[in-house]
Amino acid sequence: MTLELQNITKRVGAITHIKETSLRLEPGHFNVLLGETGAGKTSLIKLMAGLDRVSSGKILMNGEDVTRQTPQKRNIALVHQFFMNYPHWTVYDNIASPLRVAGMAKSEIQGRVEEAADILQLRPMLKRYPHELSGGQQQRTALARAIAKESKAVFLDEPLANLDYKLREELREQLPELFAGRGAVVVYATSEPEEALLLGGWTALMHDGRVTQFGPTAEIYRAPQDLLSAQVFSNPPINRAEITKTADRAYLDDTVNWPLSGDAAALPDGTYQVAIRPDYVTPTPPDADAVKLAGTVQVTELSGSKSSIQFLMGPDHWVSLAYGIHPRAAGEEHVFYMDPSKCYYFAPDGQRVA
Amino acid sequence: MKKRSLIPLLYILFLMLPIYWLVAMSFKTTGEILSGFSLFPRTWTFDNYRTIFTDPTWYWGYFNSIAYVSINTVISLTVALPAAYAFSRYRFLGDKQLFFWLLTNRMAPAAVFALPFFQLYSAVGLFDTYLAVALAHTLFNVPLAVWILEGFMSGVPKELDETAYVDGYSFPRFFVKIFLPTIRSGVGVAAFFCFMFSWVELLLAKTLTAVAAKPIAATMTKTASSAGYELGLLAAAGTLTIIPGAIVIWFVRNNIAKGFALGRV
Repeated sequence: MTLELQNITKRVGAITHIKETSLRLEPGHFNVLLGETGAGKTSLIKLMAGLDRVSSGKILMNGEDVTRQTPQKRNIALVHQFFMNYPHWTVYDNIASPLRVAGMAKSEIQGRVEEAADILQLRPMLKRYPHELSGGQQQRTALARAIAKESKAVFLDEPLANLDYKLREELREQLPELFAGRGAVVVYATSEPEEALLLGGWTALMHDGRVTQFGPTAEIYRAPQDLLSAQVFSNPPINRAEITKTADRAYLDDTVNWPLSGDAAALPDGTYQVAIRPDYVTPTPPDADAVKLAGTVQVTELSGSKSSIQFLMGPDHWVSLAYGIHPRAAGEEHVFYMDPSKCYYFAPDGQRVA
Repeated sequence: MKKRSLIPLLYILFLMLPIYWLVAMSFKTTGEILSGFSLFPRTWTFDNYRTIFTDPTWYWGYFNSIAYVSINTVISLTVALPAAYAFSRYRFLGDKQLFFWLLTNRMAPAAVFALPFFQLYSAVGLFDTYLAVALAHTLFNVPLAVWILEGFMSGVPKELDETAYVDGYSFPRFFVKIFLPTIRSGVGVAAFFCFMFSWVELLLAKTLTAVAAKPIAATMTKTASSAGYELGLLAAAGTLTIIPGAIVIWFVRNNIAKGFALGRV
């Protein structure tokens, strides 16, 4: 099934939750909605699920206008961040509930429930009640209910956010496979850029109630179309600064400048925003020609095999992220190395130009 | 005996003493009760209970009370459940005000309403019916039930409703098959409080009835008969009055603890 949003908006009183948004989600695709808390991911999912009414615009499923349809009629499934199961029913009854409402034959229900339970390794828990299960098992029950229903659209609203680290990794690996080959549109909301990259598929970046960019995940990570999209899809936050382009060089300040090549060299002279991911700002010199950035170290976070160092250069906060342990004392002056070939250039209005 | 258990034991003795005295009295003859102090009945008699179970003015009193109390509990819950759901799930103009002013109904003494109810019910022909007392008591019980149920319902995340709608449940089906079982503790607690209030309330019940719906508590106030004071009989009737309440408490005792935890009891 295709799920299409045509210029939808959502306003409640004077507050706009969703600004004019259009999206076309294709059958069988795993779509990630990526944005920080409050970006409108849940609001958008509620609109797509029919739990909220759009203020304007249209929602089409398989070309059919479902804008005014209730969630009951849309044949969809929804898994919440909080483990939502019916507390007074066993796992079996929980998975079977949407099928029973649909009036399916008992034998067929059993077949579907057991199949879903097998996929999610819930077989031994079928007779238990939700409160007797661990968080991971409860969320797997909710996922099994979504799978057994064989909906044409599945909405997962940060389904792993409340699980512990190990369970998350496990379920995250399984998730894309679970729905692959079922022809369903899957929409997965998350606030973690890394999760979007791991899940692959397609990603819609959300900020302040609107989708800033939508496309294959790896592609939009590699080629953000504007500064906002680059910022949404980066953790730690992407480094940015203002530069002046004169002839074929970019000048960050009096001492830092580098030669431009390709599209960037062809830009007219003027002021631009430059952005570079923290991975390409390193505390040790890389092999390639690097631009030296001298800054004052503010915070150093060492996490096992990675070092994240925040430093201040002029008015700008920068972050360097590198493999290896690179302890740097706060307050110390230090030189960092930036790979200029990895820089994005944006016009003052935020559109990417190179 | 361990020292630790001494204080709870004393406390229980203190609590049980009046009940024990009532039960002991119910097995004594009126003569023995009036003759002086005795810890146990010197001569056991079941006459008091026999009178209650054979005399229609007595056993009909019980039946009447149970009838209007049950009707009241059913009406109160039927009305309070949708109201509480609205308060817990929707924001509407003046919702918080309304919720507060609902409760103020309970702050007025029942006596205030006795006269208007009596006049109104006499005029519309409701006087001396079960429905009269049941309806009068809803004035106090509906706000209480709404308040208790709202607490329990607000403890259920809205996402449960959404999950059910997405699964295909219509609102009525969701409410009966999923929501009510989820908050059954709350329904139990609300039912208990409606039952208890209606069961012990005397003034309205007595004012609004004459013969056909006369409650047990009203019957009990007429023990000074031509035969003098029938204290044994009164004690037996009192003992029997405790039983329905005790049964109801037994069923909801665990739920009430939950209500306390929610701060709603």
